[in-house]
Amino acid sequence: MASPQALELSPVDLQGRRERRDRLLDTVFRYAVTVCAVFVLISLLGAAFSMLWGGRLAFSTFGWRFLWSPEWDAVQKNFGALVPIYGTLVTALIAMIIAVPVSFGIAFFLTEIAPPWMRAPVAAAVELLAGIPSIIYGMWGLFVFVPFMGEHVAPWLDEHVGPLPLIGPLFQGPPIGLGMLTAGIVLGIMVIPFISSVMREVFNTVPVHLKESAYAVGNTTWEVVWDIVLPYTRSAVIGGVFLGLGRALGETMAVTFVLGNAHQLSLSLLEPGNSIAATIANEFTEADSAIYLSSLIALGFLLFIVTFIVLAIARFMLSRLALRAGKIT
Amino acid sequence: MTRWQRRQFTDYVAKALGVVATAFGLFWLAWILWTTVSKGLPALKWGLVTQMTPPPGADGGLLNAFVGSAVMCGLAVLIGTPIGIGAGTYLSEYARHTKLGAAIRFINDILLSAPSIVIGLFVYELMVRPMGHFSAWAGAVALAFIVLPVVVRTTDEMLQLVPTTMREAALALGVPQWKIIRQVLYRAALSGIVTGILLALARISGETAPVLFTALNNQYLTSSLNEPTANVPVVIFQYALSPYEFWHALAWAGAFVVTMLVLVLGLTSRWLIARGKMTNE
Repeated sequence: MASPQALELSPVDLQGRRERRDRLLDTVFRYAVTVCAVFVLISLLGAAFSMLWGGRLAFSTFGWRFLWSPEWDAVQKNFGALVPIYGTLVTALIAMIIAVPVSFGIAFFLTEIAPPWMRAPVAAAVELLAGIPSIIYGMWGLFVFVPFMGEHVAPWLDEHVGPLPLIGPLFQGPPIGLGMLTAGIVLGIMVIPFISSVMREVFNTVPVHLKESAYAVGNTTWEVVWDIVLPYTRSAVIGGVFLGLGRALGETMAVTFVLGNAHQLSLSLLEPGNSIAATIANEFTEADSAIYLSSLIALGFLLFIVTFIVLAIARFMLSRLALRAGKIT
Repeated sequence: MTRWQRRQFTDYVAKALGVVATAFGLFWLAWILWTTVSKGLPALKWGLVTQMTPPPGADGGLLNAFVGSAVMCGLAVLIGTPIGIGAGTYLSEYARHTKLGAAIRFINDILLSAPSIVIGLFVYELMVRPMGHFSAWAGAVALAFIVLPVVVRTTDEMLQLVPTTMREAALALGVPQWKIIRQVLYRAALSGIVTGILLALARISGETAPVLFTALNNQYLTSSLNEPTANVPVVIFQYALSPYEFWHALAWAGAFVVTMLVLVLGLTSRWLIARGKMTNE
């Protein structure tokens, strides 16, 4: 205890003061960063809740019918989500049919085939695809790819694939270029970098002794990848595919440009359609009634729930390999 | 064909397909970049940075859009970065192996790949509807929600890379934890954290969906953050879908500038990461 008369504090007291201050600041700092972290948690819950709140009018007016009614009529104020849901699922499916094998091929090339000097630059180039803003994909799609599809691909499909049984009806339609197939292809290009980079990273985590043992008993490169690498990384590869699927489902601008914005259900992939994200982007600022706006926000809520589930599965599958093989990404 | 020959043949085919797949991926990259350059370069002119966006059918520039985008991206980074670094610090230093930490990491990863249009709707409900009008603030907050998870992720990862011995050495000297984090860990992880901010900036500078219903657009330059604000992606969106040639040219010029900016930011952060790795080894 320092005497009250002493003007200067003793060294012992200074130290005690500093310790108290440090302890206080430690607590304050700890609380501050905890608040930041909890904010991340709250922001996702807040997003879900705010869209549920904004869409409550649509949900209460239309009930479950909102999910499967093909109506989308701004004049009669009758809204249903079937057409956008259908468009979203079909375009995402086309995207995955293209992106999954191509991404696997790229990962195979980058981990096993390419000479070492080539790997880093090619991987970087593929990942550049992920960096290009989606509006650029949209412009390129609208001004370059849509005319290309309309002039060359769609007429050929209509003529040669259209008459076939079973799959034929999928490819009959006018050669306008806009439509589900074009949107699906553009989406496929956009998700290739996401899926291929996950695959490449997890392929690289396979223990070398496993692969070398397989080579030692005379396996070819392909057999090593198909029978050793792929089974070992299966859960993470599925996780990567779901990550790409989550991207494809929620992608907005590129799809808005090339999908044609037509509220119609058609079997043909060459016909224009609509997706959840494209509907919201196109019509949100034009929504002139409360129920219209609410229906669009309700669509956003549906999209959020679906992508949340898909991305949650992706993370779960990725973490299963991470548990076994150490940390990835 | 013997069994061995058949296996070898399968191997060759698979390898060839791998090469084809890679060429397929790079082909699109080349095509898209070529389109952007060949249509964007001729559309570049001085008027782009001196004139406002034009009324229908007339020629003009993108000055207000560039200013609006710069202001909103700057604000978004200012809002998102401190919270992101804080949350990343919590995850790495206070919750590395806790359940809450795992939950937040999981939620953050979802936020990282969540559709950006959903963020736009969220901020519309959060700010635009209560305030009654579109504004630059709302646009900046929407973009900040995209910055946030990127910064959280990189900060968390970069802090975890700092060797534990550094923390222990500082603790042994009696340094309190908040000082260790600020003066030792942040310095050691600085280049990584900066990389994260650059990556986030690259992502938001081309983002359209979140600003579409938050900042909207404005034909004029505005000095108020409470008014609808022009920004490059939304201008590109509207002009590209318009029937006017002048507007298409402006949209391509904007697309060219945004793409180049994003590529430069992406390559810079890549270079920073590569340099960081070399110094660690």
